[in-house]
Amino acid sequence: MNKNIKMRKIAGDFAENKDIAKKLRIEEIIPSLLKGDEVILDFAGISGATQSFIHALISDPIRELRGVAFDHLIYKNANDDIREIVSIVYRYMQESLDRNDEN
Amino acid sequence: MKIFLSNQGNLRNFKGFVRSLDLSNTRKLEISTHDKWVTVHPANLVITAALAIQTGKENTEIVGEVPETGRYLDRMGLYDLINTPSPFIYHKKEEVGRFVPIKIIKTSDDQSRFIIDMIPLLHLSEKNAIVVKYIIGELVRNVLEHSFANDGAIVAAQYYKKTNRVSIGICDTGIGIWKSMNTYWHPKTDIDAIKLALTPGITGTTLKEGGTAENAGAGLFFIKSIAKITRNYFVIYSGSAEYTLLKYKKRIKGMPRLYADPARDPHSATNTAPSFQGTVVAVDISLDETSEFNDLLSSIGDVYDKAIRERKRNKYKKPKFI
Repeated sequence: MNKNIKMRKIAGDFAENKDIAKKLRIEEIIPSLLKGDEVILDFAGISGATQSFIHALISDPIRELRGVAFDHLIYKNANDDIREIVSIVYRYMQESLDRNDEN
Repeated sequence: MKIFLSNQGNLRNFKGFVRSLDLSNTRKLEISTHDKWVTVHPANLVITAALAIQTGKENTEIVGEVPETGRYLDRMGLYDLINTPSPFIYHKKEEVGRFVPIKIIKTSDDQSRFIIDMIPLLHLSEKNAIVVKYIIGELVRNVLEHSFANDGAIVAAQYYKKTNRVSIGICDTGIGIWKSMNTYWHPKTDIDAIKLALTPGITGTTLKEGGTAENAGAGLFFIKSIAKITRNYFVIYSGSAEYTLLKYKKRIKGMPRLYADPARDPHSATNTAPSFQGTVVAVDISLDETSEFNDLLSSIGDVYDKAIRERKRNKYKKPKFI
């Protein structure tokens, strides 16, 4: 099953409110991923986002669920800025996961 | 306490402004200005406003002559926070400019509303608005999450048409950076704490790489890097420490090189400033120098990754040679 989350409706034109990101992560994203659902984060209508917002949204699913998060988290209609920020969070989370595994 | 607002209120001279602060006798705040001309950066304004709020309106006044240019202080809302009536009479409608007057933000909902309301005041294009929203979003969030300030974040911004630049100042009278970093990192001094806070991947909320679910230790590094790439000043003042990222010279071609270690950036720093209980962060952004924001983010992200990789390498087990 797919879980579609329309980010614009929840986060507004510019996604910066980390409280909203945290709520989404805890109440929607993680439970859906645990059920094996695909989670589609639809950024249509969102002009930008802060790195903090994206980190609060997806870093914990990546840290806790790893492959499940990589396989089942999908980003739709993300503009270039948002794609860049999501990519940055993916890169540094994977770097840090490798490292924390070694310790 | 005494604050002097000079005729050179910009980030280049922020160090001088800080040095001139008298932060003794916290029960009373006296503000004075240059008698002929006063220019104020949002950084100077927000620190003045934050201390006025902390001291209380009844204990804060402007003393001495305020020149005609002091009407800017009125437009920015400073007179609303002090016990001195404004001497300036003008029609506010005529004073439509490109500025965001002093605003107090206490919750994340306040922050979201402020970001929506602020952009029309600055009359920015969509492309430039994103950069400003990004900076305010990250800096205000830092205050709300880490400062434990009773009075919230005090914010002001100004667009300068002549130089096509936006200046932003954010201040709080919370626990300061040293206390915020001390739980996990134990910095020796305030300037050590500021440098840690500017280092990518280091957050006051954990020792773990990648941070916690809520924090990655990237916010201030990103803002400093945006200032560097757009060849502008960036300052932080907290406790007895003040760090100024110096302007990257225009005559040097190409994108300025970013460093994970803030000590490698051209900067000035002191650990002997008057001790300020709280934090001020201020930045100038030249809109002419703002390339595509995603390119800028990409460059910053690369340095962030590299910093994590290098720290990882430093923890590799070493062979034992005898």
